[in-house]
Amino acid sequence: MTGSVQVAANLNPQASTVGLMEAPMVEIEHVSLWYGEKLALKDVSMSIPKHRVTAYIGPSGCGKSTLLRCLNRMNDLIDGVRIAGNIRIGATDIYDPALDVTEVRKRVGMVFQKSNPFPKSIFENVAYGPRILGVSGRADLEGIVERSLTAAALWDEVHDRLNDSALGLSGGQQQRLCIARAIAVEPDVLLMDEPCSALDPIATAKIEELMLELKNSYTIVIVTHNMQQAARVSDYTGFMLLGELIEVGVTRELFTNPRNKRTEDYITGRFG
Amino acid sequence: MSPAARHLWRGGEPFIWLTGGALALALLLVAGFLGLIVVNGFGLFWPQDVVRLTLTDGKTLTGPLVEREAIPGEAGQHRVKIKVANRDLYGADFQWVDETSIVRREYPTDVVVMERTEWGLLIGTIKEVREAGRAVATGPAQGAAELARRLPDAARARREIRAIEKGEVGAINHAQEGIRLALRRLEGQKRYQERAAKLAELRARQTATVVVAADGGKEKELPLIQVLGVETPNMMSFAAKGVYYVGRVWEFVSNDPRESNTEGGVFPAIFGTVMMVMIMSVMVTPLGVLAAFYLREYARQGTFVSAVRIAVNNLAGVPSIVFGVFGVGFFIYLVGGSIDRLFFSEALPTPTFGTGGILWASLTLALLTVPVVIVATEEGLAAIPRGMREASLALGATKLETTLRVVLPAVMPSVLTGLILAMARAAGEVAPLMITGVVKLAPALPIDGFWPFLHLERKFMHLGFHIYDVGFQSPNVDAARPMVFVTTLLLLLIVVLLNLFAISTRNRLRRKYAMSAV
Repeated sequence: MTGSVQVAANLNPQASTVGLMEAPMVEIEHVSLWYGEKLALKDVSMSIPKHRVTAYIGPSGCGKSTLLRCLNRMNDLIDGVRIAGNIRIGATDIYDPALDVTEVRKRVGMVFQKSNPFPKSIFENVAYGPRILGVSGRADLEGIVERSLTAAALWDEVHDRLNDSALGLSGGQQQRLCIARAIAVEPDVLLMDEPCSALDPIATAKIEELMLELKNSYTIVIVTHNMQQAARVSDYTGFMLLGELIEVGVTRELFTNPRNKRTEDYITGRFG
Repeated sequence: MSPAARHLWRGGEPFIWLTGGALALALLLVAGFLGLIVVNGFGLFWPQDVVRLTLTDGKTLTGPLVEREAIPGEAGQHRVKIKVANRDLYGADFQWVDETSIVRREYPTDVVVMERTEWGLLIGTIKEVREAGRAVATGPAQGAAELARRLPDAARARREIRAIEKGEVGAINHAQEGIRLALRRLEGQKRYQERAAKLAELRARQTATVVVAADGGKEKELPLIQVLGVETPNMMSFAAKGVYYVGRVWEFVSNDPRESNTEGGVFPAIFGTVMMVMIMSVMVTPLGVLAAFYLREYARQGTFVSAVRIAVNNLAGVPSIVFGVFGVGFFIYLVGGSIDRLFFSEALPTPTFGTGGILWASLTLALLTVPVVIVATEEGLAAIPRGMREASLALGATKLETTLRVVLPAVMPSVLTGLILAMARAAGEVAPLMITGVVKLAPALPIDGFWPFLHLERKFMHLGFHIYDVGFQSPNVDAARPMVFVTTLLLLLIVVLLNLFAISTRNRLRRKYAMSAV
């Protein structure tokens, strides 16, 4: 329990609420990030509770995707990125220099804004992660693929054409395939970077439904432009502006009764 | 500008005509080129009617007409070129005749055109067939029947002699090369003598000859074993001509050349060309792909990498003979010479790898075409969305795993595109080959039945060089000219076939992955 005490101490005073005292999965402590000379995240601290959906909202360029990509160290891929502060997932400091970055990414799955299935068969897409982890038995892989596709609510639609190219699926199916691919390695945390921004409302509804289903097994962090979506799917919401985490709270409270003036201005559409 | 002209200009109509015209011109040039080759090439094997011209001075000339042209300076006058053949009797295959001096043209049915192993065609009428100097059949009709009866035997004997000379004696020589034991050598010697005796006996048995009467009262007695085929073109039906044509085409692609390449087939050249392109492909693909991967995936993009990229692109514009010179200097003298000193020192000073050969020619061409593969692969890599790589990395794959499992399969169609371009260029290249291992007549194919079966150090024949050799280095250019066209046609066909193969592979890959054209 020392962990949660520490979290409470490190939280942005404005953001500390009763809800966030739940068991944390991810702890972000005083994280700042620079792209070259440009400061993109300013001293962000918060904890992300286990088996809940946490959403980040905010105008374009506010740093919410950058923060999300800190959680699986995808920012490492960009030249000239410098990062300060600590991020712990469970008990692991993911920026520990002794830690292999691939170990972090195996524990933190990610679904991207634009669906990005591999140009392989549906089966091979889902089996990709397990294969990387060293699973090679056909029967084992088949089990994982079926389980993951079922969990991503895609099994019924594709079970008879697993060997077809994944690129033949519709946009919404492709995005659910990406979710199945991400959860095939059974990560602790699932990051979703605007997963519905390229989808039509029906496909969006399916993914949102899926998120509510998946949060029973995974800790989900989602970045979204769509405030209604954040309101519908998330348990907690963080509002970001110009690289700062302005306010974090239980979603319903943040949307109905924001404590910060800038949060209120944003969610009522007065700017941004 | 008048309103009408302005309207026309604004409407863009002239520009459409300009662009369309440019395309039409380009297509016309290509079609003309192909048409020339196809007409001249396909015509070679079609049996032409043989005409007998009687001239004003009483001389007769017999043979197919090959050309007719206006006499320069004399209006309305024409002359014809007749292929009289019988090089051994007349000294030249062709003769020009002014049309004014022709008294009579006739198409005698008893004229035969004989294909033989030496001296080109023999045209004339059969006088008699002899066995050991004694006539067994006289006159064209009897003679032709007797010939038809005896020719299969002669052909069999010829094949047998050839098999002994080329195959079995060659095999014994080859065996002796490696055998150091006296006993074995003795045994080899015995076998050799046996075969030599058989050869002499076979040769001695071939006593049948045919006597052919040619123009000007000349006669030629020809051993039957030298006769490859006898035709009477003036009596052949269209179907018979068709059968003959197909046979000749098959002979052309499957036989060895004769008569310093002006007769016979081009099989060794086809074989050499295809094998060289394949070795080149095997070498150039990994090299080009790896280089492109480093440039695009690993190298830090900056001025230096841009400079390298420009240099690679420009490398494709370096004259091919320069690559040939490099191939001689580096591959043959340096690498080949070192290999000889290290592994074949017992054979020195005779070079094994230190001289031109199919391996060095292929490597030189690989070097020549590697920019094409690099550029195509790089473009393919650039077209792979970043999200695809990120998806793999986000699943915990390392960069290497991502490259091998996601990027490489996705870029394969582009690699094949590069390979197609490289193969097309390599198959048509001649200049660098002339100094790195192509010869006008290779004694043996680079693949045969003797260990180690694949002889990469051997010199080889190549269709492109064959065209040059037959067309411009032949002692008998007139007779060889149709061969130039038909060989060109064949080279084009092979390039097209190799391309179709690669294109179908690429399309299969694309269908498999349902990829767009990256």
